[in-house]
Amino acid sequence: MADKNLPMREALRQALMEEMHRDENVFVMGEEVGYWQGTHRVTRGFIEEFGEKRVRDTPIAEMGIGGVAVGAAMAGLRPVAEFMTINFAFLALDAIINHAAKVRYFFDGLVKCPVVFRAATGWGDQATASHSHAPEPIFAHFPGLYVGLPSNSTDAYGMLKASIRDDNPVLFSESIGLYRKPGPVPDNPDYLVPIGKGDIKQEGSDITIISYGRGMEWSLKAARELKKDGISAEVVDMRWLRPLDTDLIFESFKKTNRAIVVEESHQFYSFGSEIAAQIQEHCFDYMDAPIKRVTPHDVPVPFSKTLEDLVYPTADDVVKAVKEIL
Amino acid sequence: MAKLNKEKLLEMYQEMVLIREFEETCQQLYEEKRITGVYMHLYSGHEAIGVGAMAAMNIGYDHIITAYRDHGLAIGVGMDLGAIMAEMMGRRAGSSGGKGGSMHLAAPDKNFWGGYAIVGGHLPLATGIAFAQQYKGNDSVVISMVGDGATNNGYFHEALNFAGLWDCPVIWIIENNGYGMGTETDRAAGNPILHERAKGYGIQDLGRVDGQNVIEMHDVVSKAIKHAREGKGSSLIEAITYRYRGHGVSDKQYDDRLKEELGEWKENRDPIQIFRKYLIEEYKTIDEGDLDKYHEEATQHVQEAVEFAEKSPYPDTLEELYANVYVD
Repeated sequence: MADKNLPMREALRQALMEEMHRDENVFVMGEEVGYWQGTHRVTRGFIEEFGEKRVRDTPIAEMGIGGVAVGAAMAGLRPVAEFMTINFAFLALDAIINHAAKVRYFFDGLVKCPVVFRAATGWGDQATASHSHAPEPIFAHFPGLYVGLPSNSTDAYGMLKASIRDDNPVLFSESIGLYRKPGPVPDNPDYLVPIGKGDIKQEGSDITIISYGRGMEWSLKAARELKKDGISAEVVDMRWLRPLDTDLIFESFKKTNRAIVVEESHQFYSFGSEIAAQIQEHCFDYMDAPIKRVTPHDVPVPFSKTLEDLVYPTADDVVKAVKEIL
Repeated sequence: MAKLNKEKLLEMYQEMVLIREFEETCQQLYEEKRITGVYMHLYSGHEAIGVGAMAAMNIGYDHIITAYRDHGLAIGVGMDLGAIMAEMMGRRAGSSGGKGGSMHLAAPDKNFWGGYAIVGGHLPLATGIAFAQQYKGNDSVVISMVGDGATNNGYFHEALNFAGLWDCPVIWIIENNGYGMGTETDRAAGNPILHERAKGYGIQDLGRVDGQNVIEMHDVVSKAIKHAREGKGSSLIEAITYRYRGHGVSDKQYDDRLKEELGEWKENRDPIQIFRKYLIEEYKTIDEGDLDKYHEEATQHVQEAVEFAEKSPYPDTLEELYANVYVD
């Protein structure tokens, strides 16, 4: 059957709904997931479909949301706990990092914690400093947790399903800026994107552009621009920050010998830093140029639209960075 | 509630004695550097709370969880004493393979969900575990220990509010030993009458109880369990107790600082002595010798556990180091 064409939020909604129908231990909890229909409409219609037992509206209490989900997961359920935005997940760092990511290890395998923490991430719409983070690399820092962030509807659908079915805790981020963007969704309820598998979204031979999530928009646009100038860019979508598909990075780099990294997160101690370190450690003999990182400016995000627009990179910045190292 | 018969009472006595012996041996082993590390929080002085609560629950059906002062519960639910001691020493035969240490004992097969090291961190886990029972439609309950210090952090508020809101079957037992680390309860809490917080969460307030009296503990926890099993949700109990060995083993000034107070509790409010006196007065057929026997047995069991633990090698392979970061 043909694929459906759905905005990313709808792809996520279908994935989640199908998983709840498939496995009655899957339930959703979070702020406004029920009667409000989900702040980002990912759980639209769920309260009507599944009722209050499986669609748990919670207080605005992220420490509680995080910790209750961990306990429920340890006791045999498969919670999908939503943080309205990832900025609020900062309040739940202890539950996510000290508990979800660690219980299996400090009890040496006696327990498992199959929880998915969903969170809307990214910037825009003048959300201002405390609501404009894309901090996934922070979470990816810690062993015990998986971290995924899709760049399109197809991946969103298969990655969320894979996260829910996996027995490990997953921090699953969804770019607010991509929620409305349409894309194909496989007509296959068992379509899964394996955890830790990156994907080459465009093949090329002159340079590797490595990104994920919203950074893929700028990267793919840049690749189209570069093509006009006769530059063939390979664009790699990591999809998962942990586990990181380093094999895919190395394979591509050994072909192109040059890379830039594009991300929505801050540059200091970043995804880009990790990729650059991995490449120089494992592909040093293949390096023809320094690795450049295209990231937001190193400032908190201001309110004023004109200032906010200055903070973030664009496809033009990616093009410029590529040309600097070619 | 079910009245405790003589056999059960003697079992409880035996358990309290075993916990005390285990803990005092741990202290000694630590001083001898046979147990190492910086964190080990002993249950000496608190025995009546854990043992009383566990006597009221159906171990293996009901659930129990605590913070880092977890040895007493581990022993009470029936974890292997050798495996617990090996864990203290970070040995391969430890219940967590030497990866958890003193603060992370657990036996999910007995529904003992473990000890946790972040103050308050386990409280929402208790709510989540209780929610899972509700979700599955069984009538098991969760007992969650709460240090008095934890009642002042955000986790306490959020975990109890969730439990109150969702009528989760949790019995919250505050083990109020008067100190959060070194700070007196009334220097840390706006209202140091901690059980009164129940009202704010819409849960049953069962007041203050004598945490040194194991029968009183059993009775109040039984009442809370009945309430929870009937689908009426959580209860909050504040058990007044005292810790004999400071906050943790690294609390070296403890004995000097509180010499007088500590002496007073040991002399007049020791949970084992109180229980012993009760048993002998209540039961003509129990004499000092019968009870002494439990102390001798406990010494023997703990010594066997130490021998077992010290024979176990330390985990030292990369394979062990990397095992169980994830479910493969």
